[in-house]
Amino acid sequence: MIITINSQSAYAYTGGKPFNAQLPTAVFIHGAQNDHSVWALQTRYFAHHGFSVLAVDLPGHGRSKGQPLTTVEEMADWLNGLLQSVGVQRAVLIGHSMGSLIALETANRAKALVAGVALVGTAYPMKVSPLLLEASEHREQAAIDMVNIWSHSSIAQKPSAPGPGFYVPSGGRRLMQHVAKNNTAKVFFTDFSACNAYANGEAAAKTLPCPALFLLGRKDMMTPPKAASTLMNALPESTLVMVDGSGHALMAEQPDQVLDALFEFAKASLK
Amino acid sequence: MSEPRYPGFDTLSLHAGSTPDPTTGARATPIYLSTSFVFRDSDHAASLFNMERSGHVYSRISNPTNAVLEERIAALEGGVAGIAVASGQAALHLGLATIAGAGSHVLASRALYGGSQNLLGYTMKRFGIETTFIDPRDMNAWRTNIRPNTKVLFAETLGNPGLDVLDIEAVSQIAHENHLPLMVDSTFTTPYLLKPLDHGADLIYHSATKFLCGHGTAIGGLLVDGGTFDWQASYEKTGRFAELCEPYDGFHGMVFTEESTVGAFSLRARREGLRDFGAVMSPHNAFAILQGIETLSLRMDRHVANARKIVEFLVSQPAIASVSYPELPEHPDYALAKRLLPKGCGAVFSFALKGDRAAGRRFVEALSVFSHLANVGDAKSLVIHPASTTHFRVPDDQLAASGITEGTMRLSIGLEDVDDLIDDLKRGLKAAQKGA
Repeated sequence: MIITINSQSAYAYTGGKPFNAQLPTAVFIHGAQNDHSVWALQTRYFAHHGFSVLAVDLPGHGRSKGQPLTTVEEMADWLNGLLQSVGVQRAVLIGHSMGSLIALETANRAKALVAGVALVGTAYPMKVSPLLLEASEHREQAAIDMVNIWSHSSIAQKPSAPGPGFYVPSGGRRLMQHVAKNNTAKVFFTDFSACNAYANGEAAAKTLPCPALFLLGRKDMMTPPKAASTLMNALPESTLVMVDGSGHALMAEQPDQVLDALFEFAKASLK
Repeated sequence: MSEPRYPGFDTLSLHAGSTPDPTTGARATPIYLSTSFVFRDSDHAASLFNMERSGHVYSRISNPTNAVLEERIAALEGGVAGIAVASGQAALHLGLATIAGAGSHVLASRALYGGSQNLLGYTMKRFGIETTFIDPRDMNAWRTNIRPNTKVLFAETLGNPGLDVLDIEAVSQIAHENHLPLMVDSTFTTPYLLKPLDHGADLIYHSATKFLCGHGTAIGGLLVDGGTFDWQASYEKTGRFAELCEPYDGFHGMVFTEESTVGAFSLRARREGLRDFGAVMSPHNAFAILQGIETLSLRMDRHVANARKIVEFLVSQPAIASVSYPELPEHPDYALAKRLLPKGCGAVFSFALKGDRAAGRRFVEALSVFSHLANVGDAKSLVIHPASTTHFRVPDDQLAASGITEGTMRLSIGLEDVDDLIDDLKRGLKAAQKGA
């Protein structure tokens, strides 16, 4: 689905069914140097089980045109504008990694719109190591490989995603290479810098007007579970689901556990 | 903080895609001889069918044993996915049929395995897919024979029968400049000797029957999606690949490039090609090929070491007219082979015996360690005399045009003690010369 935002063409995958603003809406937000396809299985399930789905490509990522936005706040405003333009009244926001910060900040800025926030593989503050930040600016392939290795807990995930026969770590690597190839801007560095600089997470969490879910990979090396503690302390009523057998690439490493937790949360939030 | 690294080739050969069986603890990958797999409930069934959850439904589409093999070859090649099929021929067919149909054109090297030449030159033509065969060393021919309806450039990493080394970087550059993918048959090199995706190829297939299985026990093919080719960009620029970029009526209007940015090809190949053509690999064979891959690097090192010693022996023999092996300075691709294949140029090569067809027959019949048969890539050494077998009915002038003489022999060097192999070849050479 192509949507025009700020005179730029933006893309959102709708899960294999046409978008219908009258249905409960689940919005999926990818992380740094990724696109909508990281949510392939989960989005198809949602779209075929009573939800309208918008799995966005952030500006400069995937099929969305333009340059990558430089702050989480800008990304939140962009997402809010996108949701308004397609007539979304109420939605659950589901974000992975950088996308989790965007979900949180969007909820902070559009309180009436958001019925629930699911933070998948999150951390706050989301500080990026100097080594990785430097690599993302000057040695993009090295940064891709570092993130890819740290994001996967196994070279033998069962079931594989999006289906049998896929080798999950290669899929992650190729997707990040694809994003790099399709945009001459330093997307990875821009995304990481935005994560690094975001300072409103704790305040946004303290005023969150809706339920929150933390979905964390037990073996996550990019955003270790303990790195979510600041946000979890700010959201004492939130739900925590620890995903066994998963690193940071939770949606590909444990697609069913992630789907089941998200679906239950979204149903409860929007009922 | 130090920079991490990926697991090495041997670790992937043993572990990629495989975990101990969760129910029994079996460490070896079990052979799942089950046609079908029980659904947890109706919703689970529907979600598996509709690609909302990952899992196995029916072994023509996927099977747990096959999936281990598929994920392992993808890991070894650096691709996003593998698909196990019934033979190397089935892999080539699936690769082509996923992106080409009636009215399509394939641009292929003429230095191909005979089975591939048959499929492209005769059989696919019957279904409306036309192929132009060109000299793989002629970059101008690659460039000038691309047509608006060309869907893929195709060649072997080491061509038949002269071991033409494919300049993957140069050919893939031409392909990509024209918004086309490059597919290679990497059977002779295996991912241990050459990783085509690192040099620009986009799709790979293997006759896994050969070195990957390695023991002459199972027929199988493996197709690997590199995840490197941008099908959507090509579609937007040229209109090609609507198969992947427009709604597919055969699967609920799915647009494969929307579902998976980097795995669209393999999604369609499985969801259409395996489903409808049905050339699936038996889990028995997947198990045999997995066992072979576990020792691939060890075997390939030995295959190459033995091949090098035998090449060295043969070039010193007065009864030999020529030896075609890219590590020899007189081979036209000597410099390219040094760059692309530093670990070796494989263990299948041809040499020309001086003399007529009868001398060739005497040579083959005198061998006792080499087995006379039509295969390559076995742990055991193999020999075939094309002029008295595969090319028996071909007139001499046409033989010459194929780069084959009456005395051409193809050897596949195995893992035996190399001195025994050389002694065997000495017996053959002596017998060949007796009637001269």
